[in-house]
Amino acid sequence: MTGFETLRLDGVTRRFGDADALTGLDLEIRRGEFIALLGPSGCGKSTALNCLAGLLPLSDGSIWRDGTRLDTLPPERRGFGMVFQNYALFPHLSVRNNVAFGLKMRGVPRAQARRRTEDAIRLVHLEEHAGKLPGQLSGGQQQRVAIARAVVVEPSLVLMDEPLSNLDAKLRLEMRTEIRRLHQNLGLTTVYVTHDQEEALSMADRLVVLRAGRVQQIGTPEQVHTRPANRHVADFMGFRNLLPGRSVDDHFKINDLGVRVSGTSVGEIHKGDPVVAAIRPEDVLLRPGGFEVTVEVAEYHGREIAAEVRTTDGLTLHLRTSQRLAPGDKVGVDLPADRLLVFPA
Amino acid sequence: MSTATLAARHRLAERGIDPQLFLLIPATVFVVALFIYPFCYGIAVSLQPAQGGALAAYRAFFTDAYQRDTIATTLAISLPAALFNVLAAVPIAYRMRGRFRGKRLLTIILVVPITLGTVLTAEGLLNFLGPTGWFNRVLLSTGLADRPVTLTHNYWGVFFSLVITGFPFAFLLVLSYLSGIDPSLERAAATLGAGWAQRFFRITLPLLAPGLATTFCLTFVLAFSVFPSAILVGDPSGSTRVISVAAYEAAYVRYDYAAASAAAIVMGAVELVVISIVLGLRSLLYTGSTAGGKG
Ligand SMILES: Nc1ncnc2c1ncn2[C@@H]1O[C@H](COP(=O)(O)OP(=O)(O)OP(=O)(O)O)[C@@H](O)[C@H]1O
Ligand SMILES: [Mg+2]
Repeated sequence: MTGFETLRLDGVTRRFGDADALTGLDLEIRRGEFIALLGPSGCGKSTALNCLAGLLPLSDGSIWRDGTRLDTLPPERRGFGMVFQNYALFPHLSVRNNVAFGLKMRGVPRAQARRRTEDAIRLVHLEEHAGKLPGQLSGGQQQRVAIARAVVVEPSLVLMDEPLSNLDAKLRLEMRTEIRRLHQNLGLTTVYVTHDQEEALSMADRLVVLRAGRVQQIGTPEQVHTRPANRHVADFMGFRNLLPGRSVDDHFKINDLGVRVSGTSVGEIHKGDPVVAAIRPEDVLLRPGGFEVTVEVAEYHGREIAAEVRTTDGLTLHLRTSQRLAPGDKVGVDLPADRLLVFPA
Repeated sequence: MSTATLAARHRLAERGIDPQLFLLIPATVFVVALFIYPFCYGIAVSLQPAQGGALAAYRAFFTDAYQRDTIATTLAISLPAALFNVLAAVPIAYRMRGRFRGKRLLTIILVVPITLGTVLTAEGLLNFLGPTGWFNRVLLSTGLADRPVTLTHNYWGVFFSLVITGFPFAFLLVLSYLSGIDPSLERAAATLGAGWAQRFFRITLPLLAPGLATTFCLTFVLAFSVFPSAILVGDPSGSTRVISVAAYEAAYVRYDYAAASAAAIVMGAVELVVISIVLGLRSLLYTGSTAGGKG
């Protein structure tokens, strides 16, 4: 299948009845990129992927592969590979025939098809299982068959819908590396759907954060991680402390905190505006002489303690520290200005 | 429950005895009283003819071509009718497997003939397809035929009747088998480059085939015991003289119960042979899960 330089989504919109599942998605995917679509459940990730694959017609907008319009083509003529959330392996075909299916459909000569099938099976380490039916495989093995089946045809774009969501934590980590390795070794272009921010950050070149069908932010993992575009992205990216307040001069007053704090504003904030100040638990520092807080809950997380603390003014904060804390302890905490992001409320 | 009875129950369960199995007794009694007993009784009657040895009734059935040929006649009607019902049900059910507006109404229209009963169907057929029925009148008035086409009181009358009563069964069964197949399988095939025909023949049909075999068996059994339509819209003394007609004549025209029972037993045996062949072929197919994966 022919490759492309850029794949452009132009205001891609999908409605179900009068509910918008996806609204105006604009995105340019360059060849060789690994893009993650990230967002909470029901935000339209699968909808976006199915629109790209041609399994759902668009309500509005268009998709372009270089100069040719793509959204009017049926899925079988787009030449994309897809890994389904439930794998969708053909239950009556052996692993080998599942993998060979796409090659057969494309009329690849038999000898070449056999060689490429065996290569793909070796790539996902399923040599001993090649003759089995999908029902005889474990979840992780099925998932690898699904990946092999999608990449064996050397698709110009691979779409993956939460392929790791059914696996246990250890296998999930292994497969993460595996997928990233395949992406690099085979020179694939990948769009990967996940609701796991860690997965997205560790695998993707660029993230597209969705919420309620709308794009919130598009950027590199670092941009999204350190500079979320709004409070919703911040919330989703692990800023567990979201503190409502108000902007005062060049400082911020947090409603339930007696003192003013300084922070880094994101977006346009005028004096007197209501704001939300956001900080990650791991960025809250324990420092004698900071605000005095009382530890309410302390959870053991191996190297770290995750604690819920309360200030004398009644504000609850989440923090992480390597210091041993126990409920009832009184400690001082500090909110570093460069880590405290302040968003318009 | 005391630990002693619990332990006793576990010991029984280890030997494959589950007290809840006793709940099956009423059903078993029912089946024995209504099916097994009459069946054995029929065999016994067929083996006690008025004269000749134990097998005289069977010998008479198979040596008399007039009786013997009813087997071929019945098969010649029921096999094509069952096959037609299954094959016609597949594309219609396939088109209807998704959700669309009016699906319920269409299903009702397709299934209503079940409720009509054979006699009403036969009457309708006589009116519609008879020599002076609408069908022939249309043919004659449009000049497509210069004399009425005979579609009743012959093979075709019975065939149409079997299609009208048997198709709804086949359709409902095939529809339910089809909706058991994970729709994401076809979508996966589409992303792999398969057009609709390849998707149907390589994915859906193989997964549906065992269900089609079962459906065929059921509609075949329905068609094989055809009696009312063979008499009402058929030609019961000639081309549609089916086994059940032969058994009826033996019992109520000649009062030869041994011969009637023998015909009935032969009928059962032929059905059994056909069903065994079909199920034997079915066991060569993939008959496992039709889901696309775990989770
Ligand atoms: N066939 C449908 N009919 C009606 N509404 C639908 C349909 N499919 C999806 N939706 C709605 O569209 C929205 C987006 O759904 P989508 O499947 O894209 O979510 P998602 O981001 O993939 O979620 P998840 O992470 O749970 O898979 C949801 O609110 C859902 O209820
Ligand atoms: Mg989804």
